[in-house]
Amino acid sequence: MSNSYRIALAGNPNTGKSTLFNALTGLRQHTGNWAGKTVSLAEGTVQHKGKTFRMVDLPGTYSLFSNSTDEEVARNYIVFEKPDVTLVVLDATSLERNFNLALQVLEMTRNVIVCINLIDEAEKQGIKINDRLLTKRLGIPVVKISARNKTGFPLLLDTIERLITGTIECHPIKTIYPDDIEEQIKKIEPQVSKLVGDRLSSRWVSLRLLDGDETLLNEIKKRMLLKGD
Amino acid sequence: MSIQQLYSEAQELSSPKMRDDIVQNLYDRSKQLCLEGVSFSKVKRDTRTEKLDAIFTSPIFGFPIMIIMLGVVFYLTVAGANVPSSMLAEFFGSLEPYLKSFFDFIHAPDWLFGVLVLGLYRGTTWVISVMLPPMAIFFPTFALLENFGYLPRVAFNMDRLFKQVGAHGKQSLTMAMGFGCNAAAVISTRIIESPRERMLAILTNNFVPCNGRWGTLIVLASLFMAANFTGGLKSFVTTGVIVSIVIFGILVTFFVSWTLSKTALKGVPTHYTLELPPYRRPKFFDTVIRSSLSKSWSVLLRAVKVAAPAAILTWIIANVYIGDTSILMYMVQFLDPFGKLLGLDGYIMLAFLLGLPANEIVLPILLMGYLSTGSLTEVDSLVDLKKIFLEHGWTWLTALNMMLFSLLHYPCGTTLLNIYKETKSAKWTFLAFLIPTVIAIFIPLMITQMATIFGWL
Repeated sequence: MSNSYRIALAGNPNTGKSTLFNALTGLRQHTGNWAGKTVSLAEGTVQHKGKTFRMVDLPGTYSLFSNSTDEEVARNYIVFEKPDVTLVVLDATSLERNFNLALQVLEMTRNVIVCINLIDEAEKQGIKINDRLLTKRLGIPVVKISARNKTGFPLLLDTIERLITGTIECHPIKTIYPDDIEEQIKKIEPQVSKLVGDRLSSRWVSLRLLDGDETLLNEIKKRMLLKGD
Repeated sequence: MSIQQLYSEAQELSSPKMRDDIVQNLYDRSKQLCLEGVSFSKVKRDTRTEKLDAIFTSPIFGFPIMIIMLGVVFYLTVAGANVPSSMLAEFFGSLEPYLKSFFDFIHAPDWLFGVLVLGLYRGTTWVISVMLPPMAIFFPTFALLENFGYLPRVAFNMDRLFKQVGAHGKQSLTMAMGFGCNAAAVISTRIIESPRERMLAILTNNFVPCNGRWGTLIVLASLFMAANFTGGLKSFVTTGVIVSIVIFGILVTFFVSWTLSKTALKGVPTHYTLELPPYRRPKFFDTVIRSSLSKSWSVLLRAVKVAAPAAILTWIIANVYIGDTSILMYMVQFLDPFGKLLGLDGYIMLAFLLGLPANEIVLPILLMGYLSTGSLTEVDSLVDLKKIFLEHGWTWLTALNMMLFSLLHYPCGTTLLNIYKETKSAKWTFLAFLIPTVIAIFIPLMITQMATIFGWL
């Protein structure tokens, strides 16, 4: 197991996650040009520089606020199963909506790579993406690829490898909320921290509690607290 | 402090406005990132998608185009599959004498020849000849439409209808998934947020034919529904029949959804947004190779895998006698009166019962059942296939009823298992079995009784 790492693929529906997954793993997970194609987890492996990456294709979701079962499946995997790296696949042609999900993932976990897919289509439409600036702003690697044409893969795999070996580190930017929200976070975060320890990001759990995310609460109870209580 | 107390405390600190603010903040930050990191060099937007959408989702043309698309896909399938089907059948038939001489050469006992050649070999090669060519055309064509981005437009067109019957618009997507595989589609209902609407989608998914049933539908329609026509017209009529069957299944979906949403699953449909992705030119070669080779192959493999043991089982129960009647005949005779009521027979009923694990094997089991008792010895073309059916008293009505029963009957074993896993309720799983079964019995029963009364035959 020492040489095997779990890489989760998250992203909005129809951003080509499954296409990327297939192209990397050589598997034939069904792909299609529509939202909701992948709802359960598919697994496959990639070999790179003597390491085995176990890729896990998560359901495509617009958010990770557990509105529906597929969102819960994706969120639970990232938060509780703790993949070594989470790849967030974004559609280069509608980044504004796609960044939402990336920001949500950044609040949940540390080792994240943003993978901007469909870059070929974006170029055709005259969309230019400054990946260096985005890397700086987000504090994590941003890689441009085209899963259909299999471009950008070497850089993507290298980035995953470097992140795993610690050659590069992620320092995801913290989303700063308006003062009143930050104040409430401060009030409950210490208690959350006592409960979940360093197993989960206490800031994120506090935010979810303020948002009234009851399913997350039940999940935490089920997964982490049952043994203790 | 327990987490429950923490939650209550957080709720006191929070307010609806704060919740909105949290989300709003994420949106603002996304926007900021795009402003800084993304630039647009062309002002010209991609208008192709909008132009196509104006046609494909038009209130006037939307539905006719959908039906025509469906028709074109099936026409290509039916018309294109004829020749390769009979070529394959002839090829496999021509191998049989060699097999026979081989079995003679090794002095194999008769029963072994019976099990392996008359049961297994004939059964499985027929599945391959009749199912492989249509699948090898149908899957790639459908996959091209899918990768092009047409399916969400279908969902968009159907959305209004689903709302009207009290179901969720996304049910049209899970329904589309069901055309591939109902078991997978049941899992795909996870995209529906409301438990009530998700249940509707699960309970009605079975009314669209899956991979395992396309074969049966296409074969029966080609053999019986256009018997009086020849040439291109024949394929045309066959296509018409299959399209009608599919539309009928969708109507049943609406009817059952509506009934349930007025009774056991009362409620108002929730709102949602449906993403219409841009049309993308499919990777033609990739799509065709991937779906025709890998998908047809895996469906076929599944059919053969399940059909092989079923073939042996069928041959055995057909050849083990209690008194002077085989076990198979006991079962057939027991089921026959009921089957006859539905315009079917005991063999067909038995095939559907034994076919519970996978719909792919219903037709093979039926053929093996017929063959094990029939007098036919030489089979080397599709015409002979029809002869077998005719010898057992089939008419177009039998074929129609079997198609309807196949379309409407209980979900396969895998699907039922998935329904149980997804709903975690024995009651709803049983209903998912019961509702289709009742309908599958009722409709052929009505048709058969009417046909008898009005003398349509």
